[in-house]
Amino acid sequence: MSAQTLLLDWLKSRMAPQGVAWLEEKAALLATGAQEKTVSLSFSSCLRYSGKSPLALAHADLQAARAAVPGWNPGDWTCDQAARIFLLVSLPPGSDSAKMMDRLYQTADVAEAVALQKAAAVLAFPEGHLARAREAIRSNIKEVFEAITLRNPYPADQFDVIGWNQMVVKTFFVESPTQEIEGLDRRANPPLSRMLTDLAQERWAAGRTFSPQLWRCLGPCADDRGLDGLQKALAGSPVEKRAAVLALASCPLPRAATLLQAEPALAAAARAGSLTWENL
Amino acid sequence: MANESRPVAKKRKLIDPHIHMVSRTTDDYQAMADAGVVAVIEPAFWTGQPRTEIGTFKDYFSCLVGFERFRASQFGIKHYCTIGLNSKEANNEALAEEVIELLPRFAGKEGVVAIGEIGYDEMTKAEEKFFRVQLELAKEMDLPVMIHTPHRNKKVGTSRSMDVCMEHGIAPSKVVIDHNNEETCKEVLDRGFWAAFTIYPKTKMGNKRMVEIAKRYGSDRVIVDSSADWGISDALAVPKTADLMIASGLSEAAVDAMCYYNALAAYGQSGQMKESDWLDLKTVDSKKEFEGNSLLRGGGPEAPEDSRIIT
Repeated sequence: MSAQTLLLDWLKSRMAPQGVAWLEEKAALLATGAQEKTVSLSFSSCLRYSGKSPLALAHADLQAARAAVPGWNPGDWTCDQAARIFLLVSLPPGSDSAKMMDRLYQTADVAEAVALQKAAAVLAFPEGHLARAREAIRSNIKEVFEAITLRNPYPADQFDVIGWNQMVVKTFFVESPTQEIEGLDRRANPPLSRMLTDLAQERWAAGRTFSPQLWRCLGPCADDRGLDGLQKALAGSPVEKRAAVLALASCPLPRAATLLQAEPALAAAARAGSLTWENL
Repeated sequence: MANESRPVAKKRKLIDPHIHMVSRTTDDYQAMADAGVVAVIEPAFWTGQPRTEIGTFKDYFSCLVGFERFRASQFGIKHYCTIGLNSKEANNEALAEEVIELLPRFAGKEGVVAIGEIGYDEMTKAEEKFFRVQLELAKEMDLPVMIHTPHRNKKVGTSRSMDVCMEHGIAPSKVVIDHNNEETCKEVLDRGFWAAFTIYPKTKMGNKRMVEIAKRYGSDRVIVDSSADWGISDALAVPKTADLMIASGLSEAAVDAMCYYNALAAYGQSGQMKESDWLDLKTVDSKKEFEGNSLLRGGGPEAPEDSRIIT
């Protein structure tokens, strides 16, 4: 089933019939190349028909979402987001629609901007949404930043290494939950490891704390300075210690194995899979 | 601290229904939240420096529904706005035409509670034209109207604003006439409009005068605001006026009406502003999640133990 069909199905059981009728009528208009004013007004007024309740999808719905679009995770979507994104996926795919979405984004209120960013997960013509998605990484509005960064497969699939690394480092910087980034382990890379090593050193120098999940993104590509950081974390609080062990276990360098000898029990737990980033 | 004398346990909920937060600092947001302000309305107005390009209007309106809304939320304050072309800049006719074209794109958005602030500055022909065009837009969108009354020739300008609203068939109950004074308020109230008073040092209303007005005219359809902006103004004008009203013997109910309920009733007619919007907010605590998001690092209310220390 397509994302469009799934969204409509979910909305049908959550919106009043008149609201669904309105939405279907607008979607049909949009599909045939409606005027920009129609797109903009229906995108804005969606909320009046949809309300803002969480979609609260069942497990089977989330599985259907993953089957329709790899990595799609609408678990935290609300009805207004689903309705707005249903309208966006109804537009004819291509650069004209993508540019129209850029203009919608320029004048978007906060909720609209969030919907536009979450939509990237399911929109066709992914290259058309790249600049807009990258713009959200520069946003100071945390909801907008998180809409593209967390539980959204688009960045891992589309961002180049510069965009990806900026996103991951900023997620740590603004203290959003990095474990909710899709494709985090898959996109580990040496420059990111170096940036995160610097961030850890900077935080330590300032006497500030940071999420121990930082070591997760650093471990696989750690260089000698990264291992210095991990060595220090190994001597830190219990949670830092566990994170350092997991990161060292993911690092192919011989020095990592040597460092791990200091924590044989935790190292064994990491190897056995009983210590993970999820149960850190 | 400005509000040390306010009893914390009995903190009154307040709305400032006219304040230009884009010009204010986070210190103001913090002080307003501490003083009991739960919601603000930010009318679109001029920004001191006349704009010369349509793009600056577009970005200004976007800021009102975007970044400013977010800034306020960090302090647990609900931010609403009004959208409109102000009377001063209506005099740049070519640009004004473009702004009018842009308005429908914003007027239907979430949290837009009125068309405003519109009306007269010098009462020129251009001002008249764009005032009327926007009254028609308010009718079409079924939104309340916020009227800015002029500094010069105020009494005539105020009467004329109401005449024009009536001519366009807009119910007085959907129109807030703002920046009233002792000379204008009787007519405004007699004709059934909402009468807002701006507590703004030197140029508009003082809070002692406001107390006298409230004693004389009552609290029905009377609204207190600050219009604090980039000028010498006071973001705590509403809490300070509420305090002075209580200290001067006005009833709790009257103060609540003028500093909270009347604004909610007037702008709530938009369908975009409900008391539950802020009553349902979780208590602001920068250590906790807020509306599903933890606050930005460094943002949010967090009183340092020693104000000389910056962490």
